[in-house]
Amino acid sequence: MIRLQDHLTFTLRSLTRTRFRTTMQLVAMAIGVLAVVLLTGIGEGGRRFVMAEFASLGNDVLVMLPGRKETTGGLPPLTGEGTRDITLEDAQSLMRISGVERIAPIVVGISRLSISGLSRDSLVLGTTEDFFSIRDLAFSQGQAFTTREGSRSRSECILGATLRDELFGPKRALGQWINVADYRCRVTGVLTDSGTGFGFDMSNALILPVDNAMQIFNTEGLFRVMIQIENIDAVPAMTTAVEQQMKLRHDGQLDITIVTPDSLLSAFNNVLLIMTFSVAGIAAISLLVAGVLIMNMTLIGVAQRRAEIGLLKALGASSKEVRLLFITEATLLATSGAVLGMLIAEFILWGLRFKFPEVPFATPLWASVSAIGVSAIAGILFSWIPAQKAAKLPPVLALQAQAGK
Amino acid sequence: MTEAMKTGAIKVRGVHRRFQLGDQTVHALNDINLDITQGEYISVMGPSGSGKSTLLNMLGLLDVPDEGEYWLAGEDTVPMSEEARAGYRRDHIGFVFQSYHLVPRLSARENMELPMVLAGIPPAERRKRLAPVIQRLGLTERADHKPEQLSGGQRQRVAIGRAIIMQAPLLLADEPTGNLDTHSGADVVELLEELNAQGITLIVVTHDMALGQRAKRRLRMVDGAIVSDDTFAIPPTEEPAV
Ligand SMILES: Nc1ncnc2c1ncn2[C@@H]1O[C@H](COP(=O)(O)OP(=O)(O)O)[C@@H](O)[C@H]1O
Ligand SMILES: [Mg+2]
Repeated sequence: MIRLQDHLTFTLRSLTRTRFRTTMQLVAMAIGVLAVVLLTGIGEGGRRFVMAEFASLGNDVLVMLPGRKETTGGLPPLTGEGTRDITLEDAQSLMRISGVERIAPIVVGISRLSISGLSRDSLVLGTTEDFFSIRDLAFSQGQAFTTREGSRSRSECILGATLRDELFGPKRALGQWINVADYRCRVTGVLTDSGTGFGFDMSNALILPVDNAMQIFNTEGLFRVMIQIENIDAVPAMTTAVEQQMKLRHDGQLDITIVTPDSLLSAFNNVLLIMTFSVAGIAAISLLVAGVLIMNMTLIGVAQRRAEIGLLKALGASSKEVRLLFITEATLLATSGAVLGMLIAEFILWGLRFKFPEVPFATPLWASVSAIGVSAIAGILFSWIPAQKAAKLPPVLALQAQAGK
Repeated sequence: MTEAMKTGAIKVRGVHRRFQLGDQTVHALNDINLDITQGEYISVMGPSGSGKSTLLNMLGLLDVPDEGEYWLAGEDTVPMSEEARAGYRRDHIGFVFQSYHLVPRLSARENMELPMVLAGIPPAERRKRLAPVIQRLGLTERADHKPEQLSGGQRQRVAIGRAIIMQAPLLLADEPTGNLDTHSGADVVELLEELNAQGITLIVVTHDMALGQRAKRRLRMVDGAIVSDDTFAIPPTEEPAV
């Protein structure tokens, strides 16, 4: 009986001394695992990113937008076309509904900012003080709007962290004047770098009092109204109450849409599902391709080595020993290929996380485990079956398989 | 394994081997009867396709008769399991093939070592046994070369080294000089005969009349049957065959 040490030496030698074949099989195996781990990692990262976006919105916030979308479940309209505006008065009237804790009207647009010769386009958001508490935004310097609403002298603005750095660099921003289109405002606060949320990258935004922003953009209509309610369980009731109020104010016409956290989630759920399925599909296809590659490489290997199997048997190895040699080799190869693929995938995911810190790219454990499992099994199975066949042959036939050498 | 068991005494009785080629049956061995004692030098000659290789493969336990008995070292090997036959091949039989059958990725030394590795012999013992064989085969300088770096004659010597490393009492050679030029062929024959002179049973299948006639006992095969089996008194000359 062959000694364990010699068994391993023999298989290692056959791997290290047939470099081309070994490399090809390693690559095939690695690609399969790489594809699965990487794709699920990206898919899962995307999914978690979107979920986090919704979580940042808060569960107790309804969003009102102009226009009516009758079908539920689909994506709400992003622009209100051909319907009546939601005015600032409409928004303020909502505060009279009991159960509404805060509201924040929002207008958005892109405007040219300039300070002392430096100018750039930026996202400009008009809103009220309550916006910061609804969105849980904190200030690294200064504070929210200091003067009262309606006051003539309200030429104040607040900067997102990135925008602040871009406009002022190491210089002090607080108290500086910025031109927004043909308006001037003084910086009274800078937001902490709290990242994104609900589609807006707040760190790149300039925030103005809502009435100023409406004048800059020359609009009477709001883009959104955020409504924070007192009781999370009252979402359906509050939705109805807000709709009633708006209908009353708009001559009996229901021309607004209320988006609840749930309806947003269920709308996006379809998108997420499709994404998950397509990622899984691509991963499965890659694994299949890798499986075929592995099978071909192993079959070539065994055909080439059928004569060797015959020889080993002629020299006194039993069928069992010959089989074991081949299976050890295949297992070694499959496992190292799989681990290699996983390491490369993890490395790429690490790079992606580094590049896009806000998206949590990470492969769920089950995906890594099953990818390694499946390709290891494929590698072992595809070499085991032909090895089994070759080992069963009478040695003389196996020897005749490839005379020469 | 005691030395007493390690004899190459062979008894073949009524052996048949048939191959199916399409819808045709080839009778490759037809009623073979043979007795061989330890230390004999036998050549097997005959036209191509007459069953010489089949006979040698059968004697070497690489192939199993369809019918008949094959006694080796006091036991009938026909009913044995394939695993048991593998053990017999390892301990009793050395092969030399026309096409060498070396493992290309292993060095000359590792090729010769292979039967001992398969037998589970510890490395120290393997080295001890290899050294004199390598020296005797004149492969000292080539021991760490791969087969592709060796000449045909050297390859065949490696194969012979591998065949004798387990000290098997029976050495089977199927056209051992078939792929060699005259000079290295003579070299190989000399080596084989030297081994025979030391007591190993040597059976050589050959096309080459001159080589065949160096053996004391000469078998002639036609259509799967042994048609003549002559033993000559004159021992083979010490001159290498040309
Ligand atoms: N594995 C096999 N399958 C089918 N036919 C075979 C096989 N081995 C040998 N034969 C046939 O048996 C006959 C004897 O072959 P062989 O012993 O190789 O002849 P020799 O070595 O004398 O040239 C030939 O007709 C050959 O075709
Ligand atoms: Mg032949």
